[in-house]
Amino acid sequence: MNAITPTKEERTEKLQGMGCKRKRVEDIRFVQGRGNYVDDLKLPAMLYGDFVRSPYGHARIKKIDASKAMALPGVLAVLTAADLKPLGLHYMPTLAGDVQAVLAEEKVLFQNQEVAFIIAEDRYVAADAAELVEVEYEELPVIVDPFKAMAAGAPVLREDIKDKTDGAHGKRKHYNHVFNWQIGDKDGTDRAFKKAEVTIKELISYQRVHPCPLETCQCVASFDKIRGELTVWGTFQAPHVIRTVASLISKIPEHKIHVIAPDIGGGFGNKVGAYPGYICAIVASIVTGRPVKWVEDRIENLSTTSFARDYHMTTEIAATKDGKVTGLRVHVLADHGAFDACADPTKWPAGFFNIVTGAYDFPVAHVAVDGVYTNKAPGGVAYRCSFRVTEAAYCIERAMDILAQKLGMDPAELRIKNLVRREQFPYQSALGWEYDSGDYHAAMKKAMDAVGYGKLREEQKAKQAAFKRGETRDLMGVGVIFFTEIVGAGPSRNCDILGIAMFDSAEIRIHPTGAVIARMGTKSQGQGHETTYAQIIATELGLPADDISIEEGNTDTAPYGLGTYGSRSTPTAGAATAMAARKIKAKAQMIAADLLEVSEYDLEWEIDRFRVKGNPERFKTMKELAWAAYNRVPKGLEPGLEAVNYYDPPNMTFPFGAYICVVDVDVDTGVTKVRRFYALDDCGTRINPMIIEGQVHGGLTEAFGIAMGQEIRYDEYGNVTGPTLMDYFLPTAVETPKWETDWTVTPSPHHPIGAKGVGESPNVGGVPCFANAVNDAFKFLGSTHIAMPHDHWRTWTVAEKLGVHG
Amino acid sequence: MLADLGDDARPLAGGHSLIPMMKLRLAAPAHLVDLGAIGELKGVRGEGGDIVIGAMTTQHELIADATLAAKLPILRETALLIADPQVRYVGTIGGNVAQGDPGNDMPAVMLCLGASYQIAGKGGERRVAARDFYEGAYLTALAPGEMVTAIRIPVPPQGHGAAYEKLKRKIGDYATAAAAVILTQSQGRIATCSIALTNVAETPLWAEDAAKSVIGTALDAATVKKAAAAAEAITSPASDNRGPAEYRRKMAGVMVARALARAKSRAA
Amino acid sequence: MAKTQVTMTVNGKAVEGLVEPRTLLIHFLREQLNLTGSHIGCDTSHCGACTVDLDGKSVKSCTLFAVQAEGGDLLTIEGMAAADGTLHALQEGFREMHGLQCGFCTPGMIMRGYRLLQENPNPSEDEIRFGISGNLCRCTGYQNIVKAIQYAAAKLSGASVKEAAE
Repeated sequence: MNAITPTKEERTEKLQGMGCKRKRVEDIRFVQGRGNYVDDLKLPAMLYGDFVRSPYGHARIKKIDASKAMALPGVLAVLTAADLKPLGLHYMPTLAGDVQAVLAEEKVLFQNQEVAFIIAEDRYVAADAAELVEVEYEELPVIVDPFKAMAAGAPVLREDIKDKTDGAHGKRKHYNHVFNWQIGDKDGTDRAFKKAEVTIKELISYQRVHPCPLETCQCVASFDKIRGELTVWGTFQAPHVIRTVASLISKIPEHKIHVIAPDIGGGFGNKVGAYPGYICAIVASIVTGRPVKWVEDRIENLSTTSFARDYHMTTEIAATKDGKVTGLRVHVLADHGAFDACADPTKWPAGFFNIVTGAYDFPVAHVAVDGVYTNKAPGGVAYRCSFRVTEAAYCIERAMDILAQKLGMDPAELRIKNLVRREQFPYQSALGWEYDSGDYHAAMKKAMDAVGYGKLREEQKAKQAAFKRGETRDLMGVGVIFFTEIVGAGPSRNCDILGIAMFDSAEIRIHPTGAVIARMGTKSQGQGHETTYAQIIATELGLPADDISIEEGNTDTAPYGLGTYGSRSTPTAGAATAMAARKIKAKAQMIAADLLEVSEYDLEWEIDRFRVKGNPERFKTMKELAWAAYNRVPKGLEPGLEAVNYYDPPNMTFPFGAYICVVDVDVDTGVTKVRRFYALDDCGTRINPMIIEGQVHGGLTEAFGIAMGQEIRYDEYGNVTGPTLMDYFLPTAVETPKWETDWTVTPSPHHPIGAKGVGESPNVGGVPCFANAVNDAFKFLGSTHIAMPHDHWRTWTVAEKLGVHG
Repeated sequence: MLADLGDDARPLAGGHSLIPMMKLRLAAPAHLVDLGAIGELKGVRGEGGDIVIGAMTTQHELIADATLAAKLPILRETALLIADPQVRYVGTIGGNVAQGDPGNDMPAVMLCLGASYQIAGKGGERRVAARDFYEGAYLTALAPGEMVTAIRIPVPPQGHGAAYEKLKRKIGDYATAAAAVILTQSQGRIATCSIALTNVAETPLWAEDAAKSVIGTALDAATVKKAAAAAEAITSPASDNRGPAEYRRKMAGVMVARALARAKSRAA
Repeated sequence: MAKTQVTMTVNGKAVEGLVEPRTLLIHFLREQLNLTGSHIGCDTSHCGACTVDLDGKSVKSCTLFAVQAEGGDLLTIEGMAAADGTLHALQEGFREMHGLQCGFCTPGMIMRGYRLLQENPNPSEDEIRFGISGNLCRCTGYQNIVKAIQYAAAKLSGASVKEAAE
């Protein structure tokens, strides 16, 4: 060693591997406006598509007259269901085993449903033409209340499946019924409730919202008549699945379909499934022989693409009088809109809602979910929900608070009493999940100490007394939550999308000079995969992250994957990356042994090299081994240094967290000010702390929007009210609270690098935390449950009903 | 030019009310006459006991104007609550007062201040008091072919207190309810007072009775409560995503109470 | 609709084009000038993803007709880096402070940040938040965007810059 030999620390730092705040590779192009988003794409002779949409929520289509539109210069064609039907494309299969109309045939089922597709030379002409298509409708009675969907004599919504009593998920008990799904021990749960000392029961509703990424859904479809090949660029969180589905429904062989997801401006689950716009653009391209671009506008996005939530959860907890929970029973009425287009794994029509026992040791539980059709847009699984985990967490966290209130216990105290204990891991939940790892009590304690929980409750007591004396008009609330997330879908034994198992993949190739190219089957929409996957490889293989190029989204070159949503990338493709890297490392070790003329077993790995045990001056760096792989490999081995891994996870992963929020509610206006928000997340091994923090900030901001004002609401005529950014509550930098983030690290025992995934945790934990805080503010006046969103007028109305306005 | 083009033409000021409506195809004028280059329509100047503001003066320019900051601080306070920085760079005070959009903030301030609008048209020039200008939602005293060229505001007395209190779902939103108050006090008692309300009816509302009821009082709690009730009584808010009519009516009262308190604290 | 000629200066270069009177400035920039850095995120002039700098003002290019920019001097995200490729302090700050994730709001944020710092070279956190209230972001929660602008403010005024906090 001498002065110019780098130290271990320097060598590690040079790698920019796991655990460091590596600056993002993506940023270099984004900050210069050189992102490559779908609408940036311009192809020669490209056409534009735009939709004619229904103004009614439920109506028969009597006549479509496109003659005026067709007469407009620049309009090439107007497609209707009549044009798609001979191709069998007027309906498309959904991910939930239902079908969805691509263009409405005999009736429309939700306001703004697609009725006709204009193909024109430019987008302004397409919009002009859409106004000129005349459609004659006969209005039908509308169902917007899911509780009325299965009433006797309710209007028939889905005439196409009216007589089908066998749905995709079992028997349908009514023509507006989608499915019934149950899990858990019904009898055991009923017994627990019968003998319970204390029970609570509450209808906990999670309102319909929408993920609203800043970039809307869009695609460019280009069919090459000569080659018989289709290329589609699009906002696809799961590009390979889109390719397979496109092949199945178009009958174009899959090897002749090239799906490319370029840069995507936010997904949040909005861009997982297929939309009529994609199908129509593809058909339009085939019909015209020219590329066709479809870009939806914001109103279309908010009112027709994948909504989220709309779960009405009748929740009961049984407990002892000193606060030990003994049973959980939940019935969910799920509003699925006009078509069940939930992006769930096939065997899970209610997603992973059965995580609803949450972080608590319920000995027995039972869940039943009934999905119904209504005259609303299709979708349901989106918006950082991890497949209905957001609904489940909101449900259990509100219910625990309601139980605490009934027992006269502090909500944190009730939680601590019931949290799954460290020694119980791996933990078998009463609803069928095996939680991989966790130290919940340590996390809870850390969170409570960080905010000075005891002092907050003292302050609250003092402020409540002051309120009663008329000295203040503000109510202080403290929201506490503890959540268990379930991500990383998933093991092939129970997770598939349309029959394709939910593994994921990584392919890594090392070049002779030690540079690397790697491709994964996932697809970032802002999560920074180009940066973080490289960090995994850098640590595994001892090559600098800056020498590692990561690609996703091109289905021709990336190995098959199921895409990015449900916080699955790190648990699945991140694992595949480590596994592929380890295959490479094993081969490299053999090459090193050969070069150093020792046995493989005499070598040990150290940061970026194999060195001889007991003789560390004899080593070969990975960079040297890369070169050697191309010119001198041991007998019996092929040249080159690369590997592919398809990773079928053995289990889901279970990140968790403790969040605490302090609010002050102005009872005279209903305005809630967030004074403080502390979020502790445990996502196992932390690959890039800077990116984790960014994900938490973003998810908490979405949660803030949901809890405090977002809703996609339908009036009694089926009109969707306020699907614009004038009304849909997206907080600006002014309203958005400042976030405090913290962590504990409990690695996943079954994941190759112990990482669990984190992207959706803040939305899962954030919403109930805000909700519990607002509810907590009103408890001392006798309130037990206030529904979201906690916008000004609703909060004021609560205060009004409690009589505080005098 | 407007007169020649007739009904199919609209003047284009900042365009940040009109162009969004055109993009949604809720308005489709065949012609737009861009007022941007007309220098005489800009600027803030004193004229006798009045301040005259050219209709094409942007919100940004209002906020930056030293005269207004010193003599009419309520204008700056209100402008900062309109939309966002980008819109304020382009949106004009003329556009904000002349559309008849019940959501715009400046009209109530003009009612409160007793301002008047200078109007030009084919038939010449005339002046209309702001309090007489608003007839209904998007209905004003402007005849076809006419436009507002300037706003004339009598300078409030030195030592006045004024406040614009706006409740909104988020910064830049239209008001759930808002109140403009200007007052003077003498030995702790209110000497003069004017109150106006935003977005709680089809037009801005001048709450004449509410304002009268505080004259001569020290703005004690009971007085403020009565003034708020009097203001609420003249409202007829729309129910929308900001809240049901009854809530918005009550919020008009709360905004009046808070604006009165702030205005009083600022008055000499 | 009959087309009309527009000329303006964009990022220091004189440009011209043929547009319909109703062609929005954002479409002129993206489709005719191939400056696709400015983005469209809404229909109602709320999101700010289209923000550019025109004659010393932050403006939403989706709410202006191209003809309204006739003779104007425009700065877009593509003109922020120096001729030799050196990133502007704002571009550098957004990267250093992790002020972006999907990147879609970023050009608008940077262009607004640019004018904000011209108006107020040393803004407080509240002034920054108020100053970017016309720009929506769905990914970052704004906290690191604030830090990015603070970084740029410090750098532009010659002060020392801060590390991204723990």
